[in-house]
Amino acid sequence: MLRRSLNRLLGGDERRVDNRTIYIGHQSFPVNEAFIPPKFCDNRIVSSKYTVWNFLPKNLFEQFRRIANFYFLIIFLVQVIVDTPTSPVTSGLPLFFVITVTAIKQGYEDWLRHKADREVNKSTVKVLENGEETSKESEKIKVGDIVEVTENDTFPCDLILLQSSRDDGTCFVTTASLDGESNHKTHYTVPDIERDLQSLSATIECEQPQPDLYKFNGRMHIYKNDQEPTVRSLGPENLLLKGATLKNTQKICGVAVYTGMETKMALNYQGKSQKRSVVEKSINAFLLVYLCILVSKALVCTTLKYVWQNKPGQDEPWYNEKTQKEKDTNLYLKMFTDFLSFMVLFNFIIPVSMYVTVEMQKFLGSFFITWDKDFFDPEIQEGALVNTSDLNEELGQVEYIFTDKTGTLTQNNMEFIECCIDGFQYKHRGACSELDGFCVTDGPVNKLQQKAGREREELFLRALCLCHTVQVKESTEQARSQGEDCIDQVDGLPVEDEALQPPQEERGFIASSPDEIALVKGAMRYGFTFLGLESKTMKILNRNKDVEMYELLHVLNFDPVRRRMSVIVRSRSGDTLLFCKGADSSIFPRVRQEEVERIRMHVERNATDGYRTLCVAYKHLSEEEYAQADEGLREARLALQDREEKLMAVYNQVETGMNLLGATAVEDRLQEEAAETMEALQGAGMKVWVLTGDKMETAKSTCYACGLFQKRTELLELTVRTLEDGGRKREDRLHELLSEYHKKAVQDAPPVKAGGSRGRFFGKQDYGFIIDGPSLSIVLSSSSESNSNLYKNLFLQICQNCTAVLCCRMAPLQKAQIVKMVKNCKGSPITLSIGDGANDVSMILEAHVGIGIKGKEGRQAVRNSDYAIPKLKHLKKLLLAHGHLYYVRIAHLVQYFFYKNLCFILPQFLYQFFCGYSQQPLYDAAYLTMYNICFTSMPILAYSLFEQHICIEFLLKNANLYSEVAKNAMLRWELFLYWTLLGVFHGLVFFFGVRFLFGNPALQDNGQVFGNWSYGTIVFTVLVFTVTLKLALDTRHWTWINHFVIWGSLAFYVFFSFFWGGIIWPFQKHQRLYFVFANMLSSVSAWLVIILLILLSLLPEILLVVLRKPRGPYARKLSEDDLLQSSRLQPSHHCPIST
Amino acid sequence: MMASSYKDEDGHISVSGTGAGAGSLPSKKPENTAFKQQRLPAWQPVLTAGTVLPAFFIIGLIFIPIGIGLYVTSNNIKEFEIDYTGLDPSSPCFNCSQNFSWNSTKPCTCSIPFYLEQPYESNVFMYYGLSNFYQNHRRYVKSRDDSQLNGNEESLRKPSKECEPYARHDNRPIAPCGAIANSMFNDTLELFYSDPNGTKTQIPLTATGIAWWTDKHVKFRNPGGNNDNLTAAFQGTTKPINWRRPAYELDSDPENNGFINEDFIVWMRTAALPTFRKLYRIIQRRNTMVPTLPRGNYTLEVVYNYPVRSFDGRKRMIFSTISWMGGKNPFLGIAYITVGSVCFLLGVILLFIHHKYDNRNNNPDISSN
Repeated sequence: MLRRSLNRLLGGDERRVDNRTIYIGHQSFPVNEAFIPPKFCDNRIVSSKYTVWNFLPKNLFEQFRRIANFYFLIIFLVQVIVDTPTSPVTSGLPLFFVITVTAIKQGYEDWLRHKADREVNKSTVKVLENGEETSKESEKIKVGDIVEVTENDTFPCDLILLQSSRDDGTCFVTTASLDGESNHKTHYTVPDIERDLQSLSATIECEQPQPDLYKFNGRMHIYKNDQEPTVRSLGPENLLLKGATLKNTQKICGVAVYTGMETKMALNYQGKSQKRSVVEKSINAFLLVYLCILVSKALVCTTLKYVWQNKPGQDEPWYNEKTQKEKDTNLYLKMFTDFLSFMVLFNFIIPVSMYVTVEMQKFLGSFFITWDKDFFDPEIQEGALVNTSDLNEELGQVEYIFTDKTGTLTQNNMEFIECCIDGFQYKHRGACSELDGFCVTDGPVNKLQQKAGREREELFLRALCLCHTVQVKESTEQARSQGEDCIDQVDGLPVEDEALQPPQEERGFIASSPDEIALVKGAMRYGFTFLGLESKTMKILNRNKDVEMYELLHVLNFDPVRRRMSVIVRSRSGDTLLFCKGADSSIFPRVRQEEVERIRMHVERNATDGYRTLCVAYKHLSEEEYAQADEGLREARLALQDREEKLMAVYNQVETGMNLLGATAVEDRLQEEAAETMEALQGAGMKVWVLTGDKMETAKSTCYACGLFQKRTELLELTVRTLEDGGRKREDRLHELLSEYHKKAVQDAPPVKAGGSRGRFFGKQDYGFIIDGPSLSIVLSSSSESNSNLYKNLFLQICQNCTAVLCCRMAPLQKAQIVKMVKNCKGSPITLSIGDGANDVSMILEAHVGIGIKGKEGRQAVRNSDYAIPKLKHLKKLLLAHGHLYYVRIAHLVQYFFYKNLCFILPQFLYQFFCGYSQQPLYDAAYLTMYNICFTSMPILAYSLFEQHICIEFLLKNANLYSEVAKNAMLRWELFLYWTLLGVFHGLVFFFGVRFLFGNPALQDNGQVFGNWSYGTIVFTVLVFTVTLKLALDTRHWTWINHFVIWGSLAFYVFFSFFWGGIIWPFQKHQRLYFVFANMLSSVSAWLVIILLILLSLLPEILLVVLRKPRGPYARKLSEDDLLQSSRLQPSHHCPIST
Repeated sequence: MMASSYKDEDGHISVSGTGAGAGSLPSKKPENTAFKQQRLPAWQPVLTAGTVLPAFFIIGLIFIPIGIGLYVTSNNIKEFEIDYTGLDPSSPCFNCSQNFSWNSTKPCTCSIPFYLEQPYESNVFMYYGLSNFYQNHRRYVKSRDDSQLNGNEESLRKPSKECEPYARHDNRPIAPCGAIANSMFNDTLELFYSDPNGTKTQIPLTATGIAWWTDKHVKFRNPGGNNDNLTAAFQGTTKPINWRRPAYELDSDPENNGFINEDFIVWMRTAALPTFRKLYRIIQRRNTMVPTLPRGNYTLEVVYNYPVRSFDGRKRMIFSTISWMGGKNPFLGIAYITVGSVCFLLGVILLFIHHKYDNRNNNPDISSN
């Protein structure tokens, strides 16, 4: 961490310089400039926490930073140093155990990290040095090294692509492990670089490292013999990111620009910090309360002791003299040691065993997630995976769900559904025949049988074939002789066939966006096949099986602001054509209006069906027009300053006055049961936010498809588009929009019922909020501090009042930012992130609970997640059933533990008033130690593992039950107070009940008397039975294990007491309990008082159980009755009632 | 930390925490067992008014008679108490209490006459009671050496440190060591019955059977095993400072001498509360025809050895008969009656509420909510 922050700091320093200059291949260059080799960090990745040397001190330090561990350490030390009523072993042993186990666990994890680091750092990489290829360890790569990467290897650092084995100077890359996009992306070499990299003499000037994956600005100066240096601009298309994988290209050479911890990947990943659950926070809070109780008890006792001793004859009566040492001790020191002794005597109120039990519960409990066969996915042959068991109960507390879209909500599997040409609908029949029928009877405009004019139709299909950045994928063997093979292969296929042959599917295409592939494949169905791009010539096989050739002049790339892309091609006949496809909203204003209406209906219908729609338009460019555009484009591309803005201006200028051809509809298929899952989650009172790196339209349609947005949902949009609408400064507009939305969604809206299912009743307006990455960064980093806070607040308030929020075009770090913002907002709600790609890692790490989907996109998300499930649909059971149950279990566990130790120690405290405040323990040392370890630990552990206060099926069916435990409902202070009072009540009953009995200690029928150990044993017996039976009363789900453990512990207690008192223990100094227990049982009075006190203690509890029922919510009662009846009537094996 | 982010994509390394055990068999389908699927057959009790109400009545019905029984039993137990501390100048023991000195060789005696209004029919148990005597003080409770008392020779010579400052005296180990033993109650109480015709007869007091059987026979043992010569066994040790006689001279009966002297054992069982009683003697019933202690005048002869004035203590002598529940203690009876009645009352109230609620429940107007 330090290292990273140091790097950041240094980076900050460097940033003032603004640029870094890199000498390719470390060559000095002809121009005489002072050559100062700049210092860059090496390519080593450090993610481990400890080294062999600092492990012990650092780990111990970290462990004792935990309030509980530190407390136990102090107690232990006090016991060692001061003469205390109990032996140091009682607290030392458990502490040692806990510390050792934790240290071993953490050491093992760090060892794994070391191993992983080593694997990355020591992997060999080919580096070109002085004209020779040498192998180097990855960690030794320096900035400026020329690195060679072969196919299917990952890039060891951020590289500028200099050379590719492909003829056209491109290479394909998949960034699945970076941003989650599994498709192949095309990257370009810097133009005009000689084939021989040895003789290359160039420098690269580029910006300092920054985490944005999609931004890179740089410039390369190429020095050729005595010529003016040529300047080439560098953009993100030239940058190969560490972590991405080279695909479909034999090898590339690149120069390292960012290395090690400065790579964009490293900057994008945050440290995996220790996550703590709300329950743990509650435990700590309760712990503090009990610590206060403990200290005040000790203080009270110490004070009273000295008050009491002031009376003559009390401190040192003749029968009980002090030793010389005691007499000599300084009064204040004695007071202090007395205080410490009391602390030690009462320290059992905060037991080490609670931490052990909680850990055990979490560890063992998490197995039920991995064992759940409902989480098993036959496709990948895997079930759920639990990476951390610390957060089980947090699954029951989730308020906000942040979900990735691609691969999580959707399958990331595009399919061409239909298209519309000139208002005539074309539907692929094979795909969905039933829908077809529906369509026929549907719209009046729908003229399925009629066709648009053949010319238009073909133009449309050509547009689909040309307007994209798709590559035809060659298999590796064919790589050398791409062209012909490709054609051959396609030639051999029955192109007219509507149903595609499997081999052809496999051959496939490579594109930066899966819907482009879908479109190209769609065009193929209608007879136009894209054959490939070869040295700027695009080949199309048309319906007549003729190959058409088009020269690709320019690609006007897609960007989220324009939301369209265009290509400019020149056909054989010499016509220059511009084809453009894009979102309806960005196309319609740029085409002739008379064509719009016919298409608009289709587009809107498709959009509400959840399809991704694109409109296609074209334009003839005259010679002058083209020349003008060409010049503009070239100029803008070379600009180093404001390149994007300039390009945009030219694009906008070119893409005007087009003719609308038609529209397409592509479906991104949702995950199984995505809509049901979302509904259930929302029904459980959770707010679902979709955070995606994808385009807004796509994301929006997915939101519609999975029911997050409804037809009636009013969308509040805060995107670059809406921000630029007014043509004013973005920030002003932002302010305006935020206030407007705030008024709409927050002020005018009726107060939302807390935790209720989403207000679907009519009359109430649903709002959906959409924001994109750039707008978010304006919101978050506004120029002035006050504004920024205001915007943040407005933004959050709006979002909280919306049923669903969609954040699109998010960089990984921005996703984390959003999560962080929500996490830290008022009430600090519990957040959950779910995603499958590496781009979700940062948000998975940031959220309270991170869930990884075991999708197709690598294992990054799974590895960084806290829980991993195969499919989105499993989230429902994970949260509604497992999470709910875990929460209830552990909440009860915590409350019960505090309770049982309070009523354990309270009699001990009260006894001090009767023993001259002398720290005399009421219970025998064995009982003191065993109480938490043996007598009362197992029943609560069994409870916390097996309790199902409501059975799983019912929990799944009634999502709203989830909101009943929301906001840490079972660990609220009221309830804590109730348990504490119960503990106090029990403690008082135990102690004073026996106290009154001992008014006459002659309790046996032979007149013999009981002493102080009998007193303690009677109290202890009542205590153990009451505490165990109290748990039995709370148990709603008695499996045989519960029976075994509850009755077993009681039996064990009795057995142990007999055993412990039945022998003169050879190595024991005292035989205090010798036959105490047996004698106690021989006394009828003792029996009677034990029974009486147990009953009296449990009476209020039973009473409350009876009285509570009618007061509960009526619906709840009814539902429970239902449940009971149904389970009684048809004893399914899920919640059967044993007879 | 970042570790996992940098691993190769295949990810065969899984940095997983505690839950890793399950990750080891990733491709295996979870077993469909009731236990693993959390579907163990279970009894699901629901406490409702219907199930609890009868319980309340039953508890009430059981507890009240027990309580009455206990109360009556306790009331039937006869108890007679004499405070012989001698703080009051009019008290016969006033002189003894005032002139107490550890060094006096002549024991101070006082006799207290009293009149028993009721005859004591069965065995009478004679207790001594002390007040404001903190036998449960920590320093006091631990000041003993159980292994010495168990007859361990080594501990006899080297008493445990716990016994300080009563471990050694005059460079010789104290036997029995410790504060408890040192402060053993050493008043001698004798009881005389004054016949109506004036003769004073001593009532025989049994000194055995007052300690727990296990204590006397197992926990406490004289050093030297079965050696009859106790004096020899205690050779080299010294008596506790405050004792007038060494341990081997506590009683003439060898079965009740030394560490297994029952008075000593009783004293060594530290009391729970600062006001306590300990069994001193038992007056056995000799003759079924004659009450153990007939009504009449008695005299309690006290050899006043035990000082309590220094710590504001009190000394009492108590006669008590014993029932199956032990000594006189009205608490249990009252508690049982109270709890029983409360249960019964709650039962009635709950029945009332339940009845009313049921009516409401059946009311169709409510269910439309």
